[in-house]
Amino acid sequence: MNRLSLLARPALLSPRAWALTAASALLISVCHEAAAATATPAKAATPAPAVAASVATPAVAPITLVAAQSTVGFTAKQLGVPLQGQFKRFAVQTNFNPKSPQTSQVSLRFELASASVSAEADPELGKPDWFATAKFPQATFVSTAIKATAPGRFEVAGKLSIKGVARDVVVPVQLTQAGGLSTITGTLGLKRLDFKVGDGDWTDTSIVANEVQVNVKLVLQGMQPM
Amino acid sequence: MAEPKIPAHQRYGLVAIALHWVLAVAIVSAFVVGLTLDDMPLSPAKLKLINWHKWAGVTILALSVVRLLWRLTHRPPALPEPIARSMPGWQMAAFHGTHHLMYLLFFAVPLLGWAYSSAKGFPIVWFGVLPLPDLVAKNEALAQALKPAHALAAWGLLGLVGMHVAAALKHHVIDKDGLLERMRPGGR
Repeated sequence: MNRLSLLARPALLSPRAWALTAASALLISVCHEAAAATATPAKAATPAPAVAASVATPAVAPITLVAAQSTVGFTAKQLGVPLQGQFKRFAVQTNFNPKSPQTSQVSLRFELASASVSAEADPELGKPDWFATAKFPQATFVSTAIKATAPGRFEVAGKLSIKGVARDVVVPVQLTQAGGLSTITGTLGLKRLDFKVGDGDWTDTSIVANEVQVNVKLVLQGMQPM
Repeated sequence: MAEPKIPAHQRYGLVAIALHWVLAVAIVSAFVVGLTLDDMPLSPAKLKLINWHKWAGVTILALSVVRLLWRLTHRPPALPEPIARSMPGWQMAAFHGTHHLMYLLFFAVPLLGWAYSSAKGFPIVWFGVLPLPDLVAKNEALAQALKPAHALAAWGLLGLVGMHVAAALKHHVIDKDGLLERMRPGGR
């Protein structure tokens, strides 16, 4: 099985940063059956020996994220008023093959400090009651099983970890391909209090609703055709 | 208690009196809440007050539309002859000017607040139920300009209300001409 890695953060797309990329690939591989996972960074020239050592498969063009067209947004309601937010920095790793979803995996990592709602709310988001970014800088989603449900539609089951709380979730996603780009869109409904997001005084759901919609749009390059 | 000198037919109608007092309470309350909000740190209580303030503002705007239409279709009673005779020209001008400006601000203050909320990217959902359209697109620079405009207009309205109350009290306490009878709730 190939593990392909890529990161949304432009800074990490530079060749110098491949060591970091590969290291995170390894990190996420460990979350799965490490034995089955191999990493395939862009070229054989990767400077990450720990990962490079396990590369046994021929080099396959990696799936890369088109960060400028990809978004991770969320919607929450405050006294009935919809509030739109987004994560500005996130990373994706996937070997997704539409013809073989059962052997595909996808991992996402969100920089919680990159969450943005409004000028007034943003300074609050990093505080312990909300994302507690000092203690929990990242949220992760790691798939455990992907199955096709209809042409271009899949169900991605996996573990979502936010603020030290891990929960099993199933995200229905849609895949479209055009002009060499593959677009995966999915929406997940969460309850923020399940993850202690908005703790303390903010647990009052009559002010900020418990339900939060997360909308993911990933534009990827290099995926196998459907 | 002096015998009121204002005959019943010179009083405002019941609808006009009700609108006057409901709006008086609503406007003063919204002003106090708006002022309180300014230096509150972000908290659930603040979010609640912000929304109450917006709901009050939209309610004031809606009632002001009703009030203006009512005013335009129901001629208010003329000033009692002796009072009108005794008022110098400048007082008459202030009387009309204050009322026109107050009516202008009944609309301007809530509309500026609504536009400010829109520019900030927060749609107003009236009483948490009815989503209202945005007056302007989200625009932080515009929001920064609308905020002081809303505050200035609100202070202007408060100043006019102050003059209005002072003039009414002057008629009641100094002139003792019974003018307040025209707007007293609980008709005779």
